[in-house]
Order: sequence, then structure tokens, then C-alpha cells
Amino acid sequence: MFHSTLHTNTGAAAPGISDRGLLRGGIVLALISLIGFGLLYPLAGVGLGQLLFPHQARGSLIEAGGQIRGSALVAQPFAAAGYFHPRPSAAGYDPMALAGSNLAQSNPELQRRIDSSRTALAGQEGAAPAAVPGDLLTQSGSGIDPHISPAAAALQLERVARTRGLSVEEVGTLLARHTEARQFGWLGQPRVHVLELNLALDALPPAAPEPGTARR
Amino acid sequence: MNEFFLVFALALILGWPLGRYLAAVLRGAPMRGDRLFLGLERGLYGLIGTDPGRGMSWRGYAGAFLVSNLVLGSAVWLLLMTQAWLPLNPDGAPNMSWDLALHTMVSFLTNTNQQHYSGQAQLSYLAQMLGIVTLQVVTPMMGLALVAATLRGLCGGRNAEARKAEGQEQLPVDVGNYWADVIRPTLRFMLPLCLLWSVLLTSQGVPATFAGGPQVVPVDATVQLQAQKIPLGPVAPMVAIKQLGTNGGGWYGPNSAVPLENPTPLSNLLETLALILVPVTVAFMVGPFTGRPRFAALVLGTMLSMSLASAGLALWSETYAPGAGAMAIMEGKEVRFGPGPSALWAALTTQTSNGSVNAMHDSLAPLTGLITLGNMLINAIWGGIGCGLQQFIVYLLLGVFLAGLMTGRTPELFGRKIEAQEVRLLAVLVLLQPLVLLGLSAITLAVPGLAGNSNPGFHGISQVFYEYTSAFANNGSGFEGLGDATVWWNVSCAVVLALGRYPALIIPLVIAALLARKRQAPESTGSLQIETPTFALTLIAVIVILTLLQFMPVLVLGPVADHLSLAAR
Repeated sequence: MFHSTLHTNTGAAAPGISDRGLLRGGIVLALISLIGFGLLYPLAGVGLGQLLFPHQARGSLIEAGGQIRGSALVAQPFAAAGYFHPRPSAAGYDPMALAGSNLAQSNPELQRRIDSSRTALAGQEGAAPAAVPGDLLTQSGSGIDPHISPAAAALQLERVARTRGLSVEEVGTLLARHTEARQFGWLGQPRVHVLELNLALDALPPAAPEPGTARR
Repeated sequence: MNEFFLVFALALILGWPLGRYLAAVLRGAPMRGDRLFLGLERGLYGLIGTDPGRGMSWRGYAGAFLVSNLVLGSAVWLLLMTQAWLPLNPDGAPNMSWDLALHTMVSFLTNTNQQHYSGQAQLSYLAQMLGIVTLQVVTPMMGLALVAATLRGLCGGRNAEARKAEGQEQLPVDVGNYWADVIRPTLRFMLPLCLLWSVLLTSQGVPATFAGGPQVVPVDATVQLQAQKIPLGPVAPMVAIKQLGTNGGGWYGPNSAVPLENPTPLSNLLETLALILVPVTVAFMVGPFTGRPRFAALVLGTMLSMSLASAGLALWSETYAPGAGAMAIMEGKEVRFGPGPSALWAALTTQTSNGSVNAMHDSLAPLTGLITLGNMLINAIWGGIGCGLQQFIVYLLLGVFLAGLMTGRTPELFGRKIEAQEVRLLAVLVLLQPLVLLGLSAITLAVPGLAGNSNPGFHGISQVFYEYTSAFANNGSGFEGLGDATVWWNVSCAVVLALGRYPALIIPLVIAALLARKRQAPESTGSLQIETPTFALTLIAVIVILTLLQFMPVLVLGPVADHLSLAAR
């Protein structure tokens, strides 16, 4: 296997050396690339994907009551007190304007933003500022990160339960069911899918809200 | 940490058999799979008008490379400027301006994939496929072809035996057939691998469709956003070749940070593995291809040591270093990955000249930024497919020359002397990098209104230097806060991209062909032994010292000062 393997194409009948026909070759190679690699290869990839994994191939859309409510892979904004809130987005949760903030860690603007949202979140959730987890204070890379950390969900649990007039245990059970462990127990981080959790909340049988805390 | 060990273990386990297979494909020897591919290949060779057995001199080989680049480049430039009038544009992307189209075309033609546009809004499906995917598939294979030709030259050329015969010394050195070197590995190696990855990624949720995405009304009616348009498309095949082909240009603007492009920790593992899989395979290919397993061990050992060290440092900087636990560490990162896998990706994507990202590099810890810059300045830890090994050969020749001088032995590689002519050509390559990077960074920072950096202070210097470094290394990642969609950035980067690609691929081939013409002295105990751990260490020292000597001042002014100012808070 390991010797003089470079010379397999030479021998008595070797066709020799020729540097001609470069332009024709260049044009034909370009056509082969455009049609074969640019058109046929993606077609094959799409075809196989549609055949084997149709749901994923079409964007992992979440449907409820015959209506598309969103994609499992796109965060939605939530502001009402009865919902769990996602991470802040540098793109305003617009999937056509995807972006991170691209602020450097040394940028004073980033520090100011983190400080002010920590104060605001601590006030909103009635928790100590130190208890607010980092992922709720920072903007994701994509601007549509659909997940929050379990700690970030736990922080919001009491507010959501109170607003909906549900018990903390009830919402906590739902939250536990929508908390994903690390994949295969090995990969990535444990996380909570905000949109799916909120849809599950909406699907609960309605409870009488406490007086004075009606949903906005 | 799990990801760190898994990715390296899988790359080495898979790279070994794939490397042997790739070597067989490049040799053109009869093999299994001929029944499937040979007929198709013969048809394509017929259209091109070539015979794969017929070789080329280095002039013909480099000429074919340049001509095929010119033709493809012109076609894609036109396509980008007219996409609005062409079919398959469900999201209504407008035509690109001439300068943005020029930068985009050169960026993809040089296997860089630096992006000054945002794909989901500014490219039609047709432009993504015919323009972007075409170049993403074929350009890494062109790099591979060039390095295959260079390796043949270093071993004396395909016609080494014939040229030894009486009266044949003046025959040109046969470095291989360019057309076959591009077509065979694309059909038999790259495309099957890409199809497999495409399907695996779709299983995790990466879209694969030609239908435009749906419009969705947010569940919470109290928010300001009226509707979300979910951007879909034939994303999976593109992401597959983007990761496997050391390309890096994603379907969506923020690349593999976007859940649609990288949905789960498993997809992240697959995409991280794909970053280094083919470059590792190419390193494994060297042994069976040249018939010099000890030489291949030198290449692989040197690359792997540098890779482990740099990835380990990045992991430490992002997860364990003082300050890594700070609140800001999740800025620009995704919850499903967390800091560790983001740091691993950042290290590997810059080691391999890939340039895709799964977290925003602008927001990384400053020392991680330093490591990514170092990786790109070296650009041969694995390097891009083909061009990484090509750059490694440059360092190798330099290392042989320096070690030869230090120990008082004739500098020679495989029994052929490295003399003034070769060293002069090497010097061109060594000097080009600092001249281009430092010169253009200085101009951009000095002239008001050019830089467009979004972060103040030392990090602003890093942003500008990173952009040019990434362009010259044909990497493509960026400190993306930079306002780089201007005529200055588009045109100056287009020039840097080309300067980083063509000399680095062609000059080593010229050197190899020059060496092949020399009389081969038998390798004796008096020769410099390069296939040893001692020489590997010398080589690493040469690489690191050379890079530090050239770029220490700007690295201190940028990321190091950035880190110190952050630590002083």
C-alpha cells in the first residue's frame, strides 16, 4: 500500500503532458459545477430530507387547532405577565433581521444594559438582583434563541402562577415536563423551550384569576 | 468538555479510513466504486476534452486553476447582480450592488465565505444554490487539487521514472491532471459525505424545502411584533457543505447560532465534527498518497498538537479563566450550547479556515479573540481543505531551511536541495501577509470614517484587524459588529481575499516543480532528519515565533489590552 503510489498513471503507454484546452476546460467545469453541484446536489439533499424527515424539513412548525402557531426553532416575544419570557433579542425577534448585539465584553454599553435589566427583572420577579441568571440578561447570538435556562424559568415561575391564578406546584409540574435535559445526558445544556411551555399553559383548563391580577 | 473529547476522537477515528480512501481517489487507481462513478466521470472528461492519464506541467495546472476561477467568478458575479429578475425568489431578495456582489463572489470563490450581507433577506434561493452552494462545493476541491499536485511535485512528479531515463531530463514535471483532480474527489468523496450530513442535519431540524416560509402571528397578543416570517429554504444541503468544505458562509446571517441552522446539541456536535473532519482526512491522506507514512505522521502530529493546545486554551478562556463566570459571558451565545461548545467551535473554525460560528465572536472573552486571531494568522493548524496543507508545506520548507542553517547541514527535502530560488519564493509568501494585514489595518484605522467599528477602545482595533486577518486567511468569520457593508470594506477585502488565496496555493506548487527538476541525492545519515519529534517541535517553534514576531504589536494593542482593561475593572 505504502510505496511509490504516485506513478500508477505512467508507463509505456503514458499519454504524456499537455497544457492545452484550458479555456474549454474552464467553461465546462464551471457548467458542471453550476448544474451538478449548485442545482442537483441541493435538490437531492432536499428530496432526501423531505422523504425521511418531512416535519423537520418544513421548519418544525408547531400547529394547534389547524393553525400554525410558530416554529420550534424560532423564539417568539412574550411580554404579558401570564407567560414565561424569553431571552432579550438584539433583532426584536424578527427572523428576517436575525442578529446578535455584537457588543464586546469590554463595551460599557453592554455592562450598562446588563445592570439595568438586572434591576428591572429583580423588581418584576420580586427576587434579589444576584438571583437573576445570566442568560436572561444577555442577548443571544441569533436573536431568536427559543430556550431559557431552567434557572431563568424558575425565577419566573411564581409570577406566572400568580397571574394565572394557578398554584406554583401546578405550573411547576408543567415546567418540569418542558425542561429538556442535556441531549443523551451528554451534550449541550439543560433548557426550557419558552414557546412550547407557554402554549401548554394556554392549553390548561382556565382557572379563575385572583382579583386584581387579571391578565393584561 | 464532553464535546471536546468526542469531536477529536471522532475526527481521528473517521479521518484515518477516509484519508486512505481519499488518497486512492486522488491517485486514480482502479477501486471499488468505479462501476458507479467511472462512466459519469468519463463523460465529463469527454466534455472537458481531457484524458485523466494525461498530465500537466505546473504552468498548465495553475493556468487551469486560474481560468476555471475566472469563468466561475464572472458567472456568479452576474447572478448576484440580477437575482431579483431570476426565478426561485419567494422572499423577494433585491439585486446586489456591484461592490457587495464583487465581495461576495470573491469571498466564496476563495473558499472564504466572509459575508457582508445577511442571507435570509438578501439572497434568493436560486442565488444561494447556483451562486453560493456551487462555489462551496467546488472551491475546497480546487484547493485539494493544488495540494495534490504540490505533493506529486515534492515526490518528483508523476513522470519521475520516465524523466530519469536517458535524454528525458528536460521533460516538464507531470504534477497531475487538474480536471480529474477536481472532479474525482468531488463526486466520490465530498458530495456523498455532504448528502449524509445534510440528511443527518435535517433529522435534527435544519429545513430542506423550496417553499417559502409561513407567516406566524405571535401567541402573546400584547407584544409589538405583528407577525413573524419564518425563513426556510434548502438550508440543510448548504449547511452540510458549509461545514464540511471549510466554507463557513451560512444560510442565515448569524450562521450556526441560528436554531434553524443548528437546532440541537447533537446537530452542534455534527457540525463541530464537520469543521475538522475533512482537514484531518487530508492530513491522513498524505501517508498513502506519497508513500511516506513517517512524513504523514509529522504532518498529523504537528497539526494535532497545535490544535489541541489552541482548543484547550479557548475552552479555558471562555469557561474557567477569571472573569469567565461573569454575567456577560452568555452575550452572543445560545442556551442550548452554553460556553464550552461555543469556545470549542470558535477554536476549530479558525484553525480550519472555516469561519462559520455558533456564537458571536465579537462578544467572546478578549483572550478567546486572541486565540482565534492566532489560529488564523498561522492558518495551517489544520487550515482549509488543501490550502492548510499547502501553507504547512511553506512552514515546512522554512523550517527545513532554518534547521539546516542552524545545524550546518544542507537544507533538503526528500533528497532535493532548497536553494536561493526557492527561498526567494518563500520570502514573497512570508512577507505578503504582514504587508497586507498591517498596511490595510493601519489605513482603515487612520482615515476617519473608514473603519465603521461598533465597539470603542482596544476592541475597535481588534475588530478591524480581525476582518482583514479573516479575509487573508480565507476564514470568513468576523467581529460582526463592524459596519462592513461599505464600498471601502467590500473592495479592500476583495483584494485581500484574492491575495490570501492565489499566491498561497500556486507558489508552493511552483517550488515543488522546481525541486522536482533537481537531482535527488540519496537520503543518508548526514541529511537533516525531518520525520522526527525533534523536528516537529522545531517546526512548531518556527511557526509560533514567526507569527509572534510579525504580529505581536497589533495583538498587544488589540485583544491583550482589551483583556487587561476588562480585568482591571
